Amino acid sequence: MYEIRIHSRGGQGGVTAARLLATAALHDGKFATACPFYGAERRGAPVVSFVRIDDRPIKVYSQIHEPDLVVVLDASVMDVVDVLHGLKTGGRVFINSAHPREFAGFAAHHADLTGIALKENLVVSGSPILNTPVIGALAKLGIISPGSATSAIREMFADERNVRAAEAAYREMIV
Amino acid sequence: MDIIAEIPETEYVLKCTSACAGCGDSLALRYVLKAAGPDTVLVMPAGCTAAFQGVYPKTAYTLPVVNIAFAAAASCASGLSTFLRAKGKKTKVVVYAGDGATLDIGLSAVSGAFERRTDFLYVCYDNEAYGNTGMQRSGATPLGAKTTTTPAGKPEVKKDIDTIIAAHEPPYQATACASYPQDLFRKVQKALTFTGPTFVHVLSPCPPGWRYSAEKTVEVGKLAVKSGMWVLYEREQGKLTISPPSKAAMKNPVPLEEYLALQGRFKGIDATTVEHLKERIAGNFRRLAAEEAEP
Amino acid sequence: MRKIATGNKAVAEAVKQARPDVVAAYPITPQSEIVETIAEYIATGKLESQFIPVESEHSSMAACIGASIAGARTFTATSSHGLAYMHEMTNWAAGARLPVVMVNVNRALAPGWNIWAEHSDAIQERDTGWLQVFVSTVQEAYDTTLMAFRIAEHTDVLLPVMVNLDGFTLSHIMQPLDTVEPGDFIPPVHTPHPVDPAHPGGYGTITGPADQFRFRYEMERSMQQAKAVIGETEQEFARRFGRAYGAAEEYRAGDADVVVVALGTLGKEAEVAVDILRNEGIKAGSVRPRWFRPFPDLDLAGKEVVVIDRDYSFGFGGVLAHAIRSKNLTKVYSVIAGLGGQEVTYDDIAEFVRHRRIGEEFWFGVNDRV
Repeated sequence: MYEIRIHSRGGQGGVTAARLLATAALHDGKFATACPFYGAERRGAPVVSFVRIDDRPIKVYSQIHEPDLVVVLDASVMDVVDVLHGLKTGGRVFINSAHPREFAGFAAHHADLTGIALKENLVVSGSPILNTPVIGALAKLGIISPGSATSAIREMFADERNVRAAEAAYREMIV
Repeated sequence: MDIIAEIPETEYVLKCTSACAGCGDSLALRYVLKAAGPDTVLVMPAGCTAAFQGVYPKTAYTLPVVNIAFAAAASCASGLSTFLRAKGKKTKVVVYAGDGATLDIGLSAVSGAFERRTDFLYVCYDNEAYGNTGMQRSGATPLGAKTTTTPAGKPEVKKDIDTIIAAHEPPYQATACASYPQDLFRKVQKALTFTGPTFVHVLSPCPPGWRYSAEKTVEVGKLAVKSGMWVLYEREQGKLTISPPSKAAMKNPVPLEEYLALQGRFKGIDATTVEHLKERIAGNFRRLAAEEAEP
Repeated sequence: MRKIATGNKAVAEAVKQARPDVVAAYPITPQSEIVETIAEYIATGKLESQFIPVESEHSSMAACIGASIAGARTFTATSSHGLAYMHEMTNWAAGARLPVVMVNVNRALAPGWNIWAEHSDAIQERDTGWLQVFVSTVQEAYDTTLMAFRIAEHTDVLLPVMVNLDGFTLSHIMQPLDTVEPGDFIPPVHTPHPVDPAHPGGYGTITGPADQFRFRYEMERSMQQAKAVIGETEQEFARRFGRAYGAAEEYRAGDADVVVVALGTLGKEAEVAVDILRNEGIKAGSVRPRWFRPFPDLDLAGKEVVVIDRDYSFGFGGVLAHAIRSKNLTKVYSVIAGLGGQEVTYDDIAEFVRHRRIGEEFWFGVNDRV
């Protein structure tokens, strides 16, 4: 079982990212579950979403304590949240950032999701959409196949800019 | 209780509650509590204000708060107040409840407590929906407003709780708005000079519910008053006085479209409904002006 | 069609396909998404139904009763305090023999003000005459909600049915969901005595001591008949749609020396603990009761039983533990865990089994483990 924890702020679409990831895994023929952190969500407050992917049905409902991958959609949450908490030895970090970031002891990857979203004009109520480009980045990491990333996005969103943003993130990601 | 001219600096709401950015209710709460002062017990049913109070073992309010079931705030306050007064205590009992708790599920208890002349102040903060559970419609949702249970816009008009309260003949009732804090402060102070039951109904603009950007809360509240969608007034022993901002609005209202345009919950509202709202505003102004003119 | 859906969305989808005539409901966390989704289906014409946005849960059940008495298929959803507020009327719906279907998202009762998973809300309705089932996956939530309408409306039953989903843990989790085309799996609603001026009668009139007990006996007779109706419905569902369910779900229980018994998602996560224990050489299994009313006959003969109660009856004990003690005439290790959303993992469940003390009660997080 592969366990992913996504850190974002309320209103940025962290829960949608979890759903897209689970949907893409489903399209890959795998089993997946996703859920938000079980608490009240306030716009702007740090939130956490969990995704599990496995080749067999997933019967676990408890929170992920030792993720294999930590995804940080908004770097500012790191001021208040220990995003590396419980990350397995050998685990990876992906962060939405224009520049490489170091996380001591863990392999780290980055892509400028914000920049990509702005370039595609993928903006709602003044905020760039991060949950579709991040799927492209995670496909580059091999979590899901690029084809399923695209099909999952298309299943949820009619606007093709979402697919283009995901493809741009896939291209820009250095693994 | 002495009437004081200046708003005291003491805060009864600690900083960094989990209220949403731009929460009109949290703004109103601060001024209500400043007016109530330290010898006060709050009764709060389920709702936004009870939620951003915080999580055990902490509380963000430096006054005692009795949290109670959704429908039961007025009856709980009734029991509390009755006992305190029997013991000769003058501690103020203030219910701080949302529109859902007041107009809908708790209406029966509100009516009972008012009919029995409970000595309390009932403050209803009105964000015109069930805010804490994710913006479903309440009886206070205006005509045409989108909520999660009225995706095509609410077909019914806003329930007029102030007239229902007036029918119970309280010694004092008032309407207020979070965007006019001095007016709110003065009205709560005045309410507390009376032996209850008294009622203050505060419009509390809500960024996630009304779908506007958080920094516009004060502006949205002011437009509600300036357009006439919300009227500021008070009734003392049944005698109506319309407050100055609404007097100005009656003479020269801001076009309703300006108020509606700022909020996503009115996006796509059809012209007929807008006309209907305008008629209701005009009718309401006429009715209140006539009542005020009575000797 | 396979997609990812939350428990709440799966329920709303099933309700859409069951086509109730009237939905009367009131929001409460963590159920609100069910009602919002149904309201949206009705507003966009995906479901032709009357949505009544009542002002309280007492009124939602009363409105369902009124509509059902007029012959409607009705649905509502609630949770915790909403269910408690309805309690006078849940009694009424069962006594009036109305096939109301309700989804209850299990949540703790206040005070403290806790919105997370606990079974006490549903457990406190156990004496009312409602059929009750506890589901553990998004797929099961969808399938069981569809079946609930057929079971409730069957002439041998005509009792309301409550489908329970763990708050947040199941209501908000996203899992794979295969939807079906129900076709005529749910027959058109037909209640025996809908109000009709052409056939006047008194509904629920004053009933004296010489007669009331007969109505109560009839309720129990139908509750017992429901066992066969449930079985037949589940078999028909399996035949048409390929997924089989039973009164309880067993996992590696056949040759087990010790079984874990729990309702809802804990009962499903227990299966992971079972696999871990088996790898250690402990012959563990799990028996997850689905139907709680009518209470099923569980096969626990010759096994040690560890019961997890996500509820409590103060001054008495865990309700599920007690039900098993009295129905199966066996001692159990009664674990009280998961109250108010307390996290219980498969590791914790494995520990309950490893350190079991049959005949004792253990409050997880409070009592020390030896």
